[in-house]
Amino acid sequence: MAHVVPTEIPDAPPAPEQQRRGLAGYLLLTPGSLWLAVFFIVPTVSLVATSLYDPSGSLEFGYQMTGHVQNYPHAIAEYWDPIVRSLQYALIATVACMILGYPLAYAIAFKAGRYKTILLVAVIAPFFTSFLVRTLAWQYLLGDNEWVVTFLRWLPFTGAELQLINTPVAVVAGLTYNFLPFFVLPLYASLEKIDHRLLEAAGDLYASPFRGFLKVTLPLSMPGVVAGTLLTFIPAAGDYINDELLGSPKTRMVGNEIQSLFYAGDYPTASALSVALMVTIVLLVAVYVWRAGTDELV
Amino acid sequence: MKASMRTAGDWIARHLVLMIGLLVLLYMLTPVFVVVLMSFNQPAGRNTYTFDGFTLDNWTNLCEPYQLCSSVGLSLEIGLLATLVATLLGTLMAFAMVRHRFRGRAAANVFIFLPMATPEIVLGSSLLALFVSSGLAGKLGFWTIFVAHVMFCLSFVVVTVKARLAGMDPRLEQAAADLYANEWQTFWRVSFPLVFPGILAAALLSFSLSFDDFIITNLNAGQEVTFPMFVWGANTKGIPMQINVIGTMMFAIALIVVVVGEFGSRRRGRAVL
Repeated sequence: MAHVVPTEIPDAPPAPEQQRRGLAGYLLLTPGSLWLAVFFIVPTVSLVATSLYDPSGSLEFGYQMTGHVQNYPHAIAEYWDPIVRSLQYALIATVACMILGYPLAYAIAFKAGRYKTILLVAVIAPFFTSFLVRTLAWQYLLGDNEWVVTFLRWLPFTGAELQLINTPVAVVAGLTYNFLPFFVLPLYASLEKIDHRLLEAAGDLYASPFRGFLKVTLPLSMPGVVAGTLLTFIPAAGDYINDELLGSPKTRMVGNEIQSLFYAGDYPTASALSVALMVTIVLLVAVYVWRAGTDELV
Repeated sequence: MKASMRTAGDWIARHLVLMIGLLVLLYMLTPVFVVVLMSFNQPAGRNTYTFDGFTLDNWTNLCEPYQLCSSVGLSLEIGLLATLVATLLGTLMAFAMVRHRFRGRAAANVFIFLPMATPEIVLGSSLLALFVSSGLAGKLGFWTIFVAHVMFCLSFVVVTVKARLAGMDPRLEQAAADLYANEWQTFWRVSFPLVFPGILAAALLSFSLSFDDFIITNLNAGQEVTFPMFVWGANTKGIPMQINVIGTMMFAIALIVVVVGEFGSRRRGRAVL
């Protein structure tokens, strides 16, 4: 019997037995962890503390810590609409990123052949032209007399009154545009890892290419999809640049409100709103990751 | 006729995904074209995006708008310094995460992921809350921006380098050890050269994140003005076309760095991407 069963696949990934134990790991981890502890964890605690200050104080005369929990219901009631709007816009933008980003990542991973690198560079390239400068370019492109709107107005099913700039559509388009690379890159990384032999096996078992995609490629790319949607949804929910440049006062998102509150010097309300946003996002993400059933995020 | 139609249909079916992908790519690159075009624009009115004539003035009078060049200088300075520190600390962390086994690894993973999972406005406002409560409200400036940038770049560096390290065959390091290399030699002769493309990619990413950041910087900058803050301020007053020159230059430089890096590393048999 011994000759039948191959006990080892030659190029299987090596077992992680090479990992070393001992102090060295902690030593390597310490400097970066300290930085994160001091400038990420401590500030977060400080933010929560600020959100409980008495709102009657001010930056000049100082705040008093009174455990003023009422800052929360006050902030949430006052800014309920922007909070809901931010989550809606971020959700729509994330779905749009999925619809646009999946074919792109798939094409780069499986269809691009020797042009793979060029296409990848093209995905990353816009990163280097400043985010704000590009969003200003969108402000111009979506303007009332530019070709995008002119073309859309010419189409039979849209009215001549159609407008893009200062509408929710423009804001969502801007969010989609700006966070698309954050969806494409992790998805590409996970598509790239898929063993092509699995697809061949599916074909050998009479699965059509489409069925092979549904049963093999799609499930195996889920870690990439989950990571990509998180890296899109989270920054989109807190963004206010797209809204400020492409939207109108009617489309204000929660980021705009937090920013204005800080500028107005209302630190307790601003902090309460920030904490509320963070808690909302953490809860949504936790449920999503739990539902998606993947623990391999990054 | 029928056969040729079928082959045309086949061709479209086979290339459909690729074509959709290229269209999406076009969408991603459209604003970049606008930026390059507008860098040569001679607007009729003051500072508008209507293309009225070709000019090189924006390129030759780059520093004419007040504070433009000093803001770019500041962004470059902070970008380079923050990238250096974040890449160093992040690479060490990535090595710890992949190559070492220790108690609390899962917790460390979550800890590193958290800053990426926090919206920028929250990161920025909590840092501001910290600075204000420790009496630094009047001292916001270069160092507070630097500290913030290292913080948000760090996680991205760890993730990028970790991906490269995890894809690396640990048997190579074992082989080096079998050949009597000590840990130090193994690291510098084997591990480091193999991971280097990942480190380079991480550095590029963190520089572009730092150079581009507005939301966190704006809250913690005090009186300093970085390039994104300059653009933001200009938007309310009228946008000088020179910002498009900066955008074009950054794009061109980054492209050259990536292409040269890619070809250089391919000749040595390892790709960055």
